[in-house]
Amino acid sequence: MDLGDLLHSIFNFENYGELLVLVQNSIWAGAVLGLLGGLMGTFVMKRDLAFAVHGISELSFAGAAFALLIGANIVLGSLAGSVLAAVVLGVMGVRARDKNSIIGVIMPFGLGLGILFLSLYEGRAANKFGLLTGQIVSVGTVQLQVLAFAAVVVMVALVAIWRPLTFASVDPDVATARGVPVRALALGFMVLLGISVALSIQIVGALLVLALLITPAAAAMRVTSSPRLVVTLSIVFAMTATVGGILLALGGRLPISPYVTTLSFLIYVACRVIGGAKAKRGINGRILRSP
Amino acid sequence: MTPVVSLRGASLTFGKRTLWEGLDLDINPGEFFAVLGPNGSGKTTFLKVLLGLQELSTGTAMLDGRPVVRGSRRIGYVPQQKSFDPDTPLRARDLVALGVDGHRWGIRLGGAKVNRKVDELLDLVGATDYAKVPVGQLSGGEQQRLRVAQALATDPNVLLCDEPLLSLDLQHQQAVSALINKQCHEADSAVVFVTHEINPIMDYVDRVLYLAGGRFRVGTPAEVMTTEVLSDLYGSHVEVIQANGRLIVVGLPDATTHHHQDAHSVAGEVG
Repeated sequence: MDLGDLLHSIFNFENYGELLVLVQNSIWAGAVLGLLGGLMGTFVMKRDLAFAVHGISELSFAGAAFALLIGANIVLGSLAGSVLAAVVLGVMGVRARDKNSIIGVIMPFGLGLGILFLSLYEGRAANKFGLLTGQIVSVGTVQLQVLAFAAVVVMVALVAIWRPLTFASVDPDVATARGVPVRALALGFMVLLGISVALSIQIVGALLVLALLITPAAAAMRVTSSPRLVVTLSIVFAMTATVGGILLALGGRLPISPYVTTLSFLIYVACRVIGGAKAKRGINGRILRSP
Repeated sequence: MTPVVSLRGASLTFGKRTLWEGLDLDINPGEFFAVLGPNGSGKTTFLKVLLGLQELSTGTAMLDGRPVVRGSRRIGYVPQQKSFDPDTPLRARDLVALGVDGHRWGIRLGGAKVNRKVDELLDLVGATDYAKVPVGQLSGGEQQRLRVAQALATDPNVLLCDEPLLSLDLQHQQAVSALINKQCHEADSAVVFVTHEINPIMDYVDRVLYLAGGRFRVGTPAEVMTTEVLSDLYGSHVEVIQANGRLIVVGLPDATTHHHQDAHSVAGEVG
């Protein structure tokens, strides 16, 4: 394969209009997941759960692989795996150090189980690969409806606990003193996170979930500290990455995840540069009064 | 005058260890009340009782004539200074706003009212100039001013302060304690001030509760901070020396638990 072929397999915009119609569902799915990832990501960052997201996604992968093996619904399998992992982390990992070691224990176990189930599975190889790296090209209407419904449920729940969860995430001591149910909120958020991971895995795969749930929020936090702006930017970045990634991937015959992760990464790099420049010039919102 | 805080026959035991027992105490509006003692003597637990986070083993704890409850709006809580991650997506004013309505469900709708309240609070503690600075980029002293503003958000009748001056430099210690004192004497709030070190608040304190070795003593600083009383509480000879209007406690049995006081006594400067 020479360079021309290589580029052709990465970027190919022939018959783009026709393809676009065919993948409408996928684009909608990407938009929904971008919105969800952008929203959830801000709390994942505030609660320092990046590593947890990774651990949950490995167990989600194991669940999906098991479902594939026994011929059950893959989405349900992945949902069961990730919610279970999330709840275990929520209950056991109260202190940050505990949490990290528990994730470190769970993660390889989940990945190992997943590999075991996939090795036993004798169906199409593409199905296996898709669990790890994502595949969104074939999103059916029903699937999209289920996805959108689940995402809406998660988002409504998140909005309902938004303020106390923010309080509990950034300022747990004072939140506790003010009677905010810090522990219950932590557990509730983990359940929402489990569901979000399972949904996101369908588009970017178990290995790359971080690109949807971490990178956009992390990028937003580099350029602003305004809570409202962080959320807005995080959503915009995540949706740009997913929808943009799908649009770019359309012509080629590659999985969609490298496009999504690359866009996500480039946005992050740009935000770091901007944030660095701001810090260098000492802009942080302080009003300086001349003596 | 109805006391803001009222304890009757209060005791607290964990297993075999008794933090204190038979504590009867009334704290009145406008009173600056300090809680002193070595680490592990139950100072912070005392605050937790008032916050409704810790149940008494026996006795009752009342706030404004009613039993204590979790999350009371009548309480303002000022915690220890802790560092925020520089990336934390929270500006000074957002931290204060959490004190106003952070405990409510849902998202903040109609922010104008909250904004006005936050502006007012920031002005009160002199933090207007850095209202939009991320909390992670503020100095410890600036953060503690915000903590006071945050605690005052519900117009509480009692301010519970848990070592709010720890790790602040002298100048900020004075500024923050003056701010708390102002609220105490001008707005007639009661202040319960847990601390290792009485000197920074010496001028303001009306009474102290000194906890040590499972026992306690309540009274004015002049009554409690004496060689006799502290020696009795610690069960060994402790010398209290007065110098330039500040107190130096020498010879505490467990030097490590009193690191703060001891270190500064040796250095001869106010902590």
